[in-house]
Amino acid sequence: MITRFNLQRFNGDFRLTKITKTELFTFNLANKRIKMRKEAVLQDVVIKFAGDSGDGMQLTGQQFTNNTALLGIDLATFPDFPAEIRAPQGTLPGVSGFQIRFSSDRVFTPGDLCDVLVAMNAAALKSNLKSLKPGGKIIANTDGFDSKNLRLANYPDGINPLEDNSLGSYELIKIDVTKLTRESLKDFPELGVKERDRAKNMFVLGFIYWMYNRSLENTINFLKEKFGKKDMILQSNIKVLQAGYNYGDTTETFTTRYKVEKAKLPAGQYRSIMGNQALAMGLIAASEKSGLPLFLGTYPITPASDILHDLSKYKNFGIRTFQAEDEIAGITSAIGAAYGGSLGVTTTSGPGMALKGEAMGLAVMLEIPLVIVNIQRGGPSTGLPTKTEQSDLLQAYYGRNGECPMPVIASSTPSDCFGVAYEAARIAVQHMTPVILLSDGYIANGAEPWKFPKADDLQPIEVKFKKELAEGEERYQPYARDEKLARPWAVPGTAGLEHRIGGLEKQNITGNVSYDAENHELMVKLRQEKVDRIADYIPEQKIDTGAEKGKVLVLGWGSTFGAIKSAVLELTAQGYEVGHAHLRYLRPFPKNLGAILKNFDQVIVPEINNGQLVKIIRDEFLVDAKPYNKIQGVPITKSELIEFIKTFL
Amino acid sequence: MSVAEAPINEAIKALTAKDFATDQEVRWCPGCGDYSILAQVQKVMPTIGVPRENIVIISGIGCSSRFPYYMNTYGMHSIHGRATAIASGLKASRPELSVWVVTGDGDSLSIGGNHTIHLLRRNFDINILLFNNQIYGLTKGQYSPTSEVKKVTKSSPLGSIDHPFNPSALAMGADGSFVGRTMDRDPKHLQMMLTRAHQHRGASFLEIYQNCNIFNDGAFEIFTEKATKPEEVLFLEQGKPLIFGAQQNKGIKLDGFRPVVVELGNGVSADDLWVHDEKDFYKAQILTRMFDDPRADNHLPRPFGVFFESDRLCYEDAMKMQIEEAVAAKGKGNLDKLLRGNEIWEIL
Ligand SMILES: Cc1ncc(C[n+]2csc(CCOP(=O)(O)OP(=O)(O)O)c2C)c(N)n1
Ligand code: SF4
Ligand SMILES: [Mg+2]
Repeated sequence: MITRFNLQRFNGDFRLTKITKTELFTFNLANKRIKMRKEAVLQDVVIKFAGDSGDGMQLTGQQFTNNTALLGIDLATFPDFPAEIRAPQGTLPGVSGFQIRFSSDRVFTPGDLCDVLVAMNAAALKSNLKSLKPGGKIIANTDGFDSKNLRLANYPDGINPLEDNSLGSYELIKIDVTKLTRESLKDFPELGVKERDRAKNMFVLGFIYWMYNRSLENTINFLKEKFGKKDMILQSNIKVLQAGYNYGDTTETFTTRYKVEKAKLPAGQYRSIMGNQALAMGLIAASEKSGLPLFLGTYPITPASDILHDLSKYKNFGIRTFQAEDEIAGITSAIGAAYGGSLGVTTTSGPGMALKGEAMGLAVMLEIPLVIVNIQRGGPSTGLPTKTEQSDLLQAYYGRNGECPMPVIASSTPSDCFGVAYEAARIAVQHMTPVILLSDGYIANGAEPWKFPKADDLQPIEVKFKKELAEGEERYQPYARDEKLARPWAVPGTAGLEHRIGGLEKQNITGNVSYDAENHELMVKLRQEKVDRIADYIPEQKIDTGAEKGKVLVLGWGSTFGAIKSAVLELTAQGYEVGHAHLRYLRPFPKNLGAILKNFDQVIVPEINNGQLVKIIRDEFLVDAKPYNKIQGVPITKSELIEFIKTFL
Repeated sequence: MSVAEAPINEAIKALTAKDFATDQEVRWCPGCGDYSILAQVQKVMPTIGVPRENIVIISGIGCSSRFPYYMNTYGMHSIHGRATAIASGLKASRPELSVWVVTGDGDSLSIGGNHTIHLLRRNFDINILLFNNQIYGLTKGQYSPTSEVKKVTKSSPLGSIDHPFNPSALAMGADGSFVGRTMDRDPKHLQMMLTRAHQHRGASFLEIYQNCNIFNDGAFEIFTEKATKPEEVLFLEQGKPLIFGAQQNKGIKLDGFRPVVVELGNGVSADDLWVHDEKDFYKAQILTRMFDDPRADNHLPRPFGVFFESDRLCYEDAMKMQIEEAVAAKGKGNLDKLLRGNEIWEIL
């Protein structure tokens, strides 16, 4: 379905929207009523929807995101929700937020500060006001500022920020969303108060759609799909959505509507994609293009569960999803499946990674292909389950007993998860090794437009099973190696290649158990060399943005991509000699990384952790790389990064 | 046609126990009960009609778990406690394979207890051979989750204070669809039970009493030695009354829910006894609970054989069915459609 934006159908009548640079005329054909509104064209807008975790802000944000994406506007999102599904209502810990930045220019981050803050209650205002730009708009649901809500948000007795002029430096738009929602549903006497109030977010969404000159179509379609079988709920939600829209349309106080033009993205077909969704698709694509059936062994954990949810929807691709009894069974079942010739995958987040450690060692010893996905979150222990962090890199590198090298690759944006998952699978099956894929909560739940590939354009993943003994080969040697140092993959069911493998040290070539001292040293070195050699089969590192050589190289990995890129773009525009390189391959590093580091006077490594990649870089390349760290469970912002980089310029 | 359905060809029939042996030196202590179990498994394998390449033996860690190295089939000696989970993943993805788990009492009931019960409840068609020696053999003699209370071991010099598991009752509790018990010292019974375990479609839980002559010698003597065996062991046979004793003069009767020993004769005949029915879920619970300490006065004999067998949908079959249904409903997955999603836009 390709959406065009010129002729739209609203409430049963047609509305022709003709867009000029600064003004928009709305011809309401049915009513023969012509209204003139001012329209401002904006380049870049950041909206934050914030409310109680029961207020449906995530859904509101996602709907607005899809609506924006379908118009070809570039965007990035940042959902930010509490760890508890239902933290006490109205309290600060219960606030759930969804930030979206959309622009007619390219965007790489969801924005440092927002232009518009939707605050469904006092707690939402209190916890988000600091991220609102001076002069920004506050759309406040007045009903969420009654004495009870004010008390729960820890405002002093008798203080209501909506009434005491403390928000004077902002543009305050007060709407009694609750009351208006209830009123718009007076034709639905069967609905209880709770059900009515649950539709509040639709009112807000409708209003924002009006404000940004949008069609309601995609959300109405979404509601139809969601509530198709519950007609009353469906009709009431549509009614409230339209009421919100009409409220903007008919209330004379709102004189300006805004418009953001299409972004100048490279030509092609796009869709909106979230990180975990892209990751699941990358795995499916790898399964299809390698001909290996996909097996996922996993145990639910935030923020990785969505990959399980997604993959279990696609059983018609022959995918087997196994919700195991724990993370250990998650990975070991995947090892069993890989032993049988499947593309074995296990997905988890930090605490689950810790549990999988021993089995990862087994996979390294078995030299069996496996993709291990860690959607990182704040740690240690249960840590900050819904907040993002990049703090498992050292664990991925070193967190197992023995000399236990494994390739590590990382995704940097939501859509990048597709390619990274595909690549992880390729490395695993072609190099006969478990691979760790690192993503994080920010990427997993963030969304962006994606110029999706065609199946035919994906490089096929060639897999070689050992099917029989070669000429002159007397017996099967499970630990013989090819030029990649990969061992042959002979799966049960193959006559004549029966063999035994296990976690005990192997004799080189035969794979028999061996406690021989020199053999052990040789095997340790071979396993390391096998991983190191992957560097011959991956692309060289490129400078993403800015100078190829000069004063400062900002070296990043994972979800800091957008912030670093935006910062370096801005500094470059200001004439500074700064370059940005972003690592997808963390172990082994691309072969030319050392040379790139040498091209700059200073290397800066920003990370959402206490300094992990920076340690490895210093260790491997003996450069005095400088860390920039933020460990607050939220992304690094462009402005703070610029400030830091400037101290080296 | 799947491999399992293939007619048993002559080549398989012609295999012997020797064909299932490997060139690896068997490293168990001389006299260990594991030798007998290995010998019986090697004898049974050529008779079950599965090509060697379709047999996979997966073990955890322990003396018993060395087993795969000595079987010329596919095999994996994995990590402690996880064989059941690895086997689950293999069976889920390759239902046509004949998958066997070899595990110890520590491996399957302590560190791997979780995976064991979940395999049973899911009912994968996998055969679990639990070598129960009531001790940690490989780590040189600590008490295990099946060791009796007061057992003196290296880690319990004053006697163990751990209450032991009753493995077959545990397996019943986890809804195992085949639960049985046998012993290393009765090759015929062991072979018969291995065959039964293989024939059962669904998870087979076979506990094998195994003597560890180094760290727990004689633990099962009372059940395995000629002098005491007839009085202490109750062999279960489908459709037959529960009779035991050197003179076959004793039987088990149910007094309400409580099994009691009765002497045959004096007006008590075999007709008055409990007749074994493997399909009886409720009575199987009572049978597995016949777990008295054989040193106690008036104890019940211990049952050996198949406690329970039932037909229940196997996990791997259900999984396959769901995939087939999904394909039937939505058509085979189309990658381009998937990548495209429902809503796209075009930039010119
Ligand atoms: C993670 C882990 N913890 C502990 C061990 C040490 N360990 C190896 S075998 C074993 C117990 C084995 O007992 P059991 O399963 O009864 O096997 P048996 O040796 O008696 O046949 C232990 C504790 C290990 N290998 N791995
Ligand atoms: S220690 Fe015990 S169980 Fe292990 S091999 Fe020796 S006798 Fe057998
Ligand atoms: Mg043991």
